[in-house]
Amino acid sequence: MSEQRQTPILQARGLVKRFGRVTALDDADFDLYPGEVLAVIGDNGAGKSTLIKALSGALDVSAGEIRLEGKPIRFSNPMEAREAGIETVYQNLAVCPALNIADNLFLGREIRRKGLLGKVFRMLDQQAMQQKARQKLTELGLLTIQNINQAVETLSGGQRQGVAVARAAAFGSRVVIMDEPTAALGVKESGRVLNLIRDVRDRGLPVVLISHNMPHVFEVADRIHIHRLGKRVAVIKPQTHSMSDAVAIMTGAMNPEKHPAGAYCTPA
Amino acid sequence: MTELMEVKIAIDEKIAVFDQPTSLVRRVHHFLHGQPTAAPLAVLLLAIIVFSIAVGDRFLHPFNLSLVLQQVTIIGILGIAQTLIILTAGIDLSVGAIMVLSSVVMGRLAVGHGLYPPLAFFLGLVVGAGAGAANGVLITRFKLPPFIATLGSWSIFWALNLWYSGSETIRSQDLNASAPFLKWTGNSLDFLGARLTLGSILMMVIFAVIWYSLNRTAWGRHVYATGDDPEAAELVGIATGRILLSVYILAGMICAIGAWVLIGRLGSITPIAGETANLDSITAVVIGGTSLFGGRGSIFGTLIGALIVGVFRNGLALSGVDVLWQEFTVGWLIIVAVAIDQWIRKVGS
Repeated sequence: MSEQRQTPILQARGLVKRFGRVTALDDADFDLYPGEVLAVIGDNGAGKSTLIKALSGALDVSAGEIRLEGKPIRFSNPMEAREAGIETVYQNLAVCPALNIADNLFLGREIRRKGLLGKVFRMLDQQAMQQKARQKLTELGLLTIQNINQAVETLSGGQRQGVAVARAAAFGSRVVIMDEPTAALGVKESGRVLNLIRDVRDRGLPVVLISHNMPHVFEVADRIHIHRLGKRVAVIKPQTHSMSDAVAIMTGAMNPEKHPAGAYCTPA
Repeated sequence: MTELMEVKIAIDEKIAVFDQPTSLVRRVHHFLHGQPTAAPLAVLLLAIIVFSIAVGDRFLHPFNLSLVLQQVTIIGILGIAQTLIILTAGIDLSVGAIMVLSSVVMGRLAVGHGLYPPLAFFLGLVVGAGAGAANGVLITRFKLPPFIATLGSWSIFWALNLWYSGSETIRSQDLNASAPFLKWTGNSLDFLGARLTLGSILMMVIFAVIWYSLNRTAWGRHVYATGDDPEAAELVGIATGRILLSVYILAGMICAIGAWVLIGRLGSITPIAGETANLDSITAVVIGGTSLFGGRGSIFGTLIGALIVGVFRNGLALSGVDVLWQEFTVGWLIIVAVAIDQWIRKVGS
């Protein structure tokens, strides 16, 4: 209960988004507290990707308010969200396969050389970028050192995921959002990525995890936000609810407010 | 629940073990993947060795080698423009037409209208940039496939070129009289029996500048990223439309510089020059190991690709082989180069 009294680092109230006649977000709320892994689950079409896109700046909502550390904010594109410290690891990873690991980590925010070389000749500081990339990957236990100039396409699925997560962790100063990070991975690699999610949290960055995989969600999440019909219907803890409870709430078979263990359930 | 347990077991392991490839084939595969210019460079060296054995001193003579360089200068310059575009997963069929159109504009303005020749050159450069910008707008704003957009603009630029020139050649003596500046690139430096034209030196300078831009600036990284995976590039905040537009404009300007070199090489200005230049430039890029699928390749590969074609043509000609067999050989080189690229790109799987 204690974290409930803290200020949420990222908060949304009454988000509404309509696509024509379809209401994807219908008065949706969202709370992410410091130092936690919050899983967001929901059936297909429940509106969880729309929620995540609204939080990461990929789309603008029709109504509602988003607050970052208590201050109201509005993003018109993902770059603005990123500048505010919210990094997103997309399902397709957004890495360029032919470029190497260091290039990918700094793509779009390269470091230039100081002085004339950087200002007039726009020269990149490749040493600084490689060094920082190496440092970040080492911190996350992702690196055997010689390989920073290896093309991303020569890596396995889990390693690519690692590069995308490292990029988010390197630049995200407030929140990291991960969209289905284990969807394309085998069992072993999924385990490594879950471990990585914990590492990121333990290093002080709260993580929003969108996933369809109930075992993974229950394995790594501190709290679970359940989305249904465009709004948050409940927030549960893995300790108090079972996977079948979560599925029941998700599909509407169980009403969270009437459930005896519903201490963490928030009214919709 | 077994899945959950396996997850717990796996978590104890280190997340990434970057294996080094073991078998010889895999090692070659990885080497070529990391060094896309290695294969064309090996072919070039091999060709030089074979021809120096088969033809002898006539081939290796400095004058002959510098002749090869002169012969590939125009294609080399257009190849630079073409490389930039192919790196973005595009293609430009109009590079030859832009070059000839620019040369005609330079010539008509300087000789016909008596404009100050450097100003005429500058306006030719503007025309090249404008032609590139037109291609870029068709591709970025109207979302036309580059192949179709430049197939169309090729015809349009070609027709404009015939119209503006009145299908007339500007003779060498007229250029000498009123605009020797336009022929400046045809001057040469002689040393140790070799003859290096200023046009060839200019080509080297452009190669160096574009190499620097592609490999040492953020713009260059963004060009590669745009060609490699445009969606990923957009997601990390690269304005891919602007990158594409800048590439087409720059390519147009390089073609206009090619026009200046063309005038120096021919000594005159003719609207029917360089008809096959667009396809030859694509040949140089492909043989140089740049992938037609974008995002992969190097600018010096193109120089090597152009030199390979030049060396084969020159060597076969000196061996007394019929011209048709030169074409036959170049055709095979293209096919082998693309086959190697297909193989290299499979490295991840």
